[in-house]
Amino acid sequence: MNEHPDKENYLMAGYGWRSWFLTTDHKRIAILYMLSITFFFAIGAFFALLIRLELLTPAGDFVSSATYNRLFTMHGIIMVWFFLIPSIPSVLGNFLIPLMIGADDLSFPRLNLASWYIFMLGGIFTLISILFGGLDTGWTFYTPYSSSYASGQVLNAGLGIIISGFSSILTGLNFIVTIHKKRAPGLTWGRLPLFIWAHYATSLIFVLATPVLAVTLLLMIVERTLHIGIFDPSLGGDPVLFQHLFWFYSHPAVYIMILPAMGVVSEIVPCFSRRKIFGYKMMACASLAIATLGFLVWGHHMFVSGQSVYAGIIFSLFSFLVAIPSGIKVFNWVATMFRGTITFSTPMIYAFGFIGLFTIGGLTGLFLAALGMDIHVQDTYFVVAHFHYIMVGGAIMGYLGGIHFWWPKICGRLYPKGWPGLSALLIFIGFNLTFFPQFLLGYMGMPRRYHFYPEEFQALHVLSSAGASILGVGYIFPFFYLAWSFFRGPRAEPNPWRATGLEWKTESPPPVHNFDQTPIVTEDPYSYEEKP
Amino acid sequence: MTSSASLEDSALMAENRKRTAELGMWIFLASEALLFGGLFLAYFVYRYSFPQAFAAGVRENDLILGTINTIILMLSALFMTLGILAAENDNKKSSLSCLIMTAFLGLTFLGIKSLEYSHKFQHHLYPGGVFMPEKNWPVGERIFFGLYFVMTGVHALHLLVGIGILAWLIFVLSHKPRVRDSTVWLYTFGLYWHYIDLIWIFLFPSLYLLGRFG
Repeated sequence: MNEHPDKENYLMAGYGWRSWFLTTDHKRIAILYMLSITFFFAIGAFFALLIRLELLTPAGDFVSSATYNRLFTMHGIIMVWFFLIPSIPSVLGNFLIPLMIGADDLSFPRLNLASWYIFMLGGIFTLISILFGGLDTGWTFYTPYSSSYASGQVLNAGLGIIISGFSSILTGLNFIVTIHKKRAPGLTWGRLPLFIWAHYATSLIFVLATPVLAVTLLLMIVERTLHIGIFDPSLGGDPVLFQHLFWFYSHPAVYIMILPAMGVVSEIVPCFSRRKIFGYKMMACASLAIATLGFLVWGHHMFVSGQSVYAGIIFSLFSFLVAIPSGIKVFNWVATMFRGTITFSTPMIYAFGFIGLFTIGGLTGLFLAALGMDIHVQDTYFVVAHFHYIMVGGAIMGYLGGIHFWWPKICGRLYPKGWPGLSALLIFIGFNLTFFPQFLLGYMGMPRRYHFYPEEFQALHVLSSAGASILGVGYIFPFFYLAWSFFRGPRAEPNPWRATGLEWKTESPPPVHNFDQTPIVTEDPYSYEEKP
Repeated sequence: MTSSASLEDSALMAENRKRTAELGMWIFLASEALLFGGLFLAYFVYRYSFPQAFAAGVRENDLILGTINTIILMLSALFMTLGILAAENDNKKSSLSCLIMTAFLGLTFLGIKSLEYSHKFQHHLYPGGVFMPEKNWPVGERIFFGLYFVMTGVHALHLLVGIGILAWLIFVLSHKPRVRDSTVWLYTFGLYWHYIDLIWIFLFPSLYLLGRFG
């Protein structure tokens, strides 16, 4: 052991490229992830911009049908697998899990670095597929279109997703082992921050669902290259089997996106309400329940795919059950705020936004879980609006809220007042303006994945595109003020929000080994009332 | 820190490392279970749809070679275990020879597997080209052999990775004065190796036995 512990913070520990690209420090790897997924987010957002531009007018005049199909496919693939799935776990989870449990690093630091390289390798394959013209299968890769008919870069994109999946698996593995094995003395399971519980649940999904996606896309690729027939009806194969396997991963994947965001909100709400979290145990159990139920609902994506009615009924029932733990979470956040001393700091604005948007997204999910209703809105903008409320309204609000909450810890500097709150508001308004009209569009019958539409839908589409531009502006602000803060912002204290949790007990930014002495935990989490 | 305390500490840390590595490997294997689970699901779905075609496919596979390969993998598991035991007793020579035997048996398995693959190619029993021109096969036959190649291929890939890691472990161990310090690595790797054997224990009846004598 080092006799003179390195007092330097992790950002100052080295400046050369090797000190970053060969680092095993979980905090630096988190920064690597943050930069990479921001890059992917910009690409995905660019495709979204083109999509919304096209939809300004009823005629398909800006891009051709074929181009439009590629745009929404690549928007989906990039945003789902290269931004949303890794977003909170790989950036905030990587940075915070060891800090929150009082450890010096994850259990397998080198594996953690390898995960980032694997992720980037997958990203490169996917970028290559985009550079060579992209693909038009939709992010869902449904067979037999993807396996027999689609032209375009299906192979490269599929390989890229398989590869980046292994990064998810290894990250989840690392988190689970770390949470089991590296907790500080006194940090019992009942004292873990809910952020940790949320990541534990997420990691279970990473480990158990992602391999199924890998093997499903592998079968799709083999079918496409060698025609083994398993998804080809003319050879006896069943394309619906692909849908079963795909959604066995991809429905839990939605909970990979939302659970960590719920963890972030569970940290922010008590801090800015100065209240203990309401119903800690139920909150932790709800995270695990959502992860577990997530594996039993995949069939609700296939109500019209020809699965049996009885299967549909069961899947519908289980889908409704997901509302219980989700409802517990929403009510408990609100109950935490009740009679609290609420401060409208930027992270709290994001948390408010999350709770509202997640509630709308979740409740419209119940519409879709209902067998009869679903047939009416299947494959319409109603579905598009619903999952954007969860993925963008939920996951991205959570991610940005988390970034703003822990930013002083990550880089040791504060961001300015004013701008961040304004951009959070812009994002909230822009988001609703973009996606709420899509509920109406979908209910009236506008199908998804079309680049032209009847003229009576134009007003709502224009509203949606206008909202998207406000949303875009809201996303651009943080780039500037956070970059400014990183270099010029005023220095942050160890605990600028007076928050509980071990991560606030060490300096900002943390030293290389996180804690000078292993912390000993003697109290329950979120003891805000004792220290107002 | 006194020297006796640090000794105790290092023993404790070694124990911790072992448990951590073990847990990591078990979680990885759980993940692998679902990877192969997807393949087995596809297999049984189509076995249910095309029982005759799958039985015909099973009869086409070489039972003798498949049985020999099963025995070889089980022997390799035995040698893996013996290698770990020898390492625990700090018997470097015996441990290394057991591990080399394990790797050798793994390679033999792959050799026999490739022999089987080449037989399949000679009989045009492979997807992607002219599939089985001689006989009038039932529908679903192509799916059987497609799955046969994918399932055994993914398994062989795992074995190949395993042999690669094993070769590296043998190299590292041969340069260490005390093999006992490396039992964590061997034990953790052993879990993986046994797991690949276990997958084969499920593959063998699915692809060589079910429906053969029915």
